Amino acid sequence: MSKYLVNLKINNMPIAVEEGTTILEAAKKLNFRIPTLCNHPDLTVAGNCRVCVVEVKGARLLAAACATPVSEGMEVLTNSEKVRIARKHIVELLLAEHNADCTKCFKNGHCELQDLSGEYRIGDHVFLDLVKPSSKIQDISSPSIVKDDSKCIRCQRCVRTCTELQGVSALGVVNKGDHQRISTFLNKPLHEVVCTNCGQCINRCPTGALTERNYIEEVWNALYNPSKFVVVQTAPATRIALGEDLGIQVGERVTGKMVAALKKLGFNKVLDTDFTADLTIMEEGTELLTRLKKALVDKDEKVVLPMMTSCSPGWIKFQEHMYPELLDNLSTCKSPQQMFGAVAKTYYADKINIKAQDMIVVSIMPCVAKKFECERPEMRDSGYQDVDYVLTTRELAMMIKQAGIDFDKLEDEHYDSILGESTGAAVIFGATGGVMEAALRTAYEIVTGREVPFTNLNIKPVRGMEGIKEASIKIKSVKPEWSFLEGVELNVAIAHGLANARKLMEKVRSGEASYHFIEIMGCPGGCLGGGGQPIPTSPEIRKKRAEAIYSEDLEMVIRKSHENPEVAEIYREFLGEPLGHKSHDLLHTHYKVRKRY
Amino acid sequence: MENNLKKVDIIFEIDEKQSPLAILEKTVKRPADEIILDLIDSGLKGRGGAGFPTGLKWKFTRNEDSEVKYVICNADEGEPGTFKDREIIDRVPEKIFAGMAICGFVIGAKEGYIYLRGEYNFLLKNLQKKLDEFNAGMKKTGIDFTIYIKSGSGAYVCGEESALFESMEGKRGEPRNKPPYPTVAGYNSKPTVINNVETLVYTTMICHMGPERFKALGTKDSRGSKVFSVSGDTPISGIYELELGMPLNEFVDGFGDGDTKAVQVGGASGHCVPRKKFNDTIIGFEGIPTGGSMMIFNSSRSMYNVLHDYLEFFTEESCGQCTPCRVGCQQLLKGIEAVKRGERPPAYLDDLKKLTATMKIAAKCGLGQSVGNPFNSIIDNFREEIIY
Repeated sequence: MSKYLVNLKINNMPIAVEEGTTILEAAKKLNFRIPTLCNHPDLTVAGNCRVCVVEVKGARLLAAACATPVSEGMEVLTNSEKVRIARKHIVELLLAEHNADCTKCFKNGHCELQDLSGEYRIGDHVFLDLVKPSSKIQDISSPSIVKDDSKCIRCQRCVRTCTELQGVSALGVVNKGDHQRISTFLNKPLHEVVCTNCGQCINRCPTGALTERNYIEEVWNALYNPSKFVVVQTAPATRIALGEDLGIQVGERVTGKMVAALKKLGFNKVLDTDFTADLTIMEEGTELLTRLKKALVDKDEKVVLPMMTSCSPGWIKFQEHMYPELLDNLSTCKSPQQMFGAVAKTYYADKINIKAQDMIVVSIMPCVAKKFECERPEMRDSGYQDVDYVLTTRELAMMIKQAGIDFDKLEDEHYDSILGESTGAAVIFGATGGVMEAALRTAYEIVTGREVPFTNLNIKPVRGMEGIKEASIKIKSVKPEWSFLEGVELNVAIAHGLANARKLMEKVRSGEASYHFIEIMGCPGGCLGGGGQPIPTSPEIRKKRAEAIYSEDLEMVIRKSHENPEVAEIYREFLGEPLGHKSHDLLHTHYKVRKRY
Repeated sequence: MENNLKKVDIIFEIDEKQSPLAILEKTVKRPADEIILDLIDSGLKGRGGAGFPTGLKWKFTRNEDSEVKYVICNADEGEPGTFKDREIIDRVPEKIFAGMAICGFVIGAKEGYIYLRGEYNFLLKNLQKKLDEFNAGMKKTGIDFTIYIKSGSGAYVCGEESALFESMEGKRGEPRNKPPYPTVAGYNSKPTVINNVETLVYTTMICHMGPERFKALGTKDSRGSKVFSVSGDTPISGIYELELGMPLNEFVDGFGDGDTKAVQVGGASGHCVPRKKFNDTIIGFEGIPTGGSMMIFNSSRSMYNVLHDYLEFFTEESCGQCTPCRVGCQQLLKGIEAVKRGERPPAYLDDLKKLTATMKIAAKCGLGQSVGNPFNSIIDNFREEIIY
């Protein structure tokens, strides 16, 4: 149904837009940019920072452009004297409350308030300084997220992110007036509350109030230490986003350049998390088939279905807090990052003749929850902390800049071998639905001996940005050893973003839906929208990143995990078989029940 | 009190022959449009302070197409110096209930809520008892309307209508963006009439006595009477129902202690009028409107302290969500302190006045928009007291 058109003028230029359009959106169509701080394309309108105020002729008050719908005959001025004075006042007020120690800030050069202050050439501060000392209000309890209230401008983007997108509500508004701030349950430190470390708040914080706990110096120290052998692994979603922080446009793949840059930074070996993504499929696919067999053939009542993926550490912690009764549904597989660490410091260390204690494993991740994950006590199966440091895609971009590498001019290079070979199935781990698609490509073939019945192996029903996706695949003409699956309709579901995960969990808990397999990614869009990815983020940006991932998949020579030759080799030489004794020791884990606040 | 002040007795008048329930029963037999016309004709404007014409508010809400609508009585009387609703709730609650039910009948609502200020919880027991009787009375006479009480938790900003809805919905009491206005999307996003306690009583009484008697009181722009909360340096502080449109000098003659230096009209968010302007100031919508608060200060009072108190109040009671109000209030408070201590030059007061101009047009709700009222009127009239 088409909506009514509303006629209005912005800065004396006429325009007709659909009713319900905001002044901000209408102005954008006329190429008038109105500054915003609290507004974000992923979130509901707040209208609380007020920097977007505009003058509407005949109105007593200025209107917040982000929150005011257009009306017939409206005449808007976006840069009148009144507007300029008010806007400048508002920026000055925010700065009066803001710890504007910009040169020392991790977000220096990436801060929306700094940009706005620069735009308005805010010179000597008119107003009194209200900043409280940062040292007293900084929360550095979390291994993933640093929260510094002295930089907070109370835009509440983080609160809306945590509530609306993630359904976690670890962050909320407390107190009022001059004491109003963003805090947690009973003002507890972040590591003691339900925070899942997803870092989506970081991606949407306009200032340096929420940043990742960064380990750049630690990694440089390791690289400079001649007695350490430093290997690096790169997650699937980093290669399609790293360029954004290095002057390359959104959606451009930079896999070869990233490898070249890592080699130039001095890593002894540049390896790929994609390899262990393929390994994950072998383990998780086998685990699923085993659970199905136990349930359908052995009628084992202890077997829990649906099985749920366990690659996303934000999702895992969410489940540990919110649905502890469903912990047995989680696959026992470690995430690809942790499988890599465990294999690197055992199998790989032996192969290249390096002592595990001399090896440092660094991960480049689109994620900040991975920083928490690598410190989990369960993740020391090699006898040492399996993964030593986790850097976000953003931190890697900073290191590349610090090293003076002209990223754009780099020639593509290849990952080292072994632990560097991967498949298209592993690459798509970076997008919502990707693990499901990779698992189906392998499991279907194991069971039937045939490829999945989709053109080009592209399992379209599990792709896309819908919050919750469902699909069914009928399994027919199976191999004799899988006869119990003949005619079975395999029901799967996929959710991304924890608010969607919660909806799906409610359906599972109530018994309303009967799935066999569920993929959950903690972040919107999956890892490509992870909390460690370049800022900004928006539905549009995530769509472009997803397109890049699927085009990378299409270009790969091998596109099914079970066909990865290095994976076959590691089973032959070391692991034996999926779910075997060695796998159990190194590649699988367990979970813990956590409190609900 | 001297006799030239026109005392009125509508709000607290008890008619032994016709109870509020009886007025209600009589009124709901009339066509709804006729009741609206009477209210518009009476010239009644909201008594909470903003002064929106009540009849129009009811009409707009009646015209909304929605199965569910609400009537809400704003009893979150939090403006410093205002205590008239407390008295009304205590003495004539049935008149409030009747007004709500008449409104429900007119707009097509089945539920009404009284949002009672947290600090008035001591009124709750009695109010609930009277309400239960009234609800039972309505049920008996076949009037399909039920009234409930919701208790506030003590934030000043919850008297702002959209923050009040948020609070009623169990959220943080933070004002919403407008539009939409309550007549379109109020409580639970349904069309809602929200009226002040006193306004609702007047609607009952206008339905009872007809618009003429009400209209005959007051002035062209400020029809009728109003309940005033008189406090400060007066020998006779208390609650008085007076005609609107009186000159301030007559008020001061009646209530002052002979040494009145200034009157703060409309509470902390209102305007301060100095002695030299008493003669030219009308209390009403054509002059300075008030939600009822009249604070009288004599020459022993420091206007710096008065302003400082108000600014402390706003700094604390700002909900904190919007920048102009949250940071603006702090700047005004700290700013006058800095000038007083000589850390900023007297001319800094003019920078702060410019800031209030921004707050007035850019803050999200009436709280931040009105902080400039006391600030400018006190700075302009008592500048020396602020500086020295």
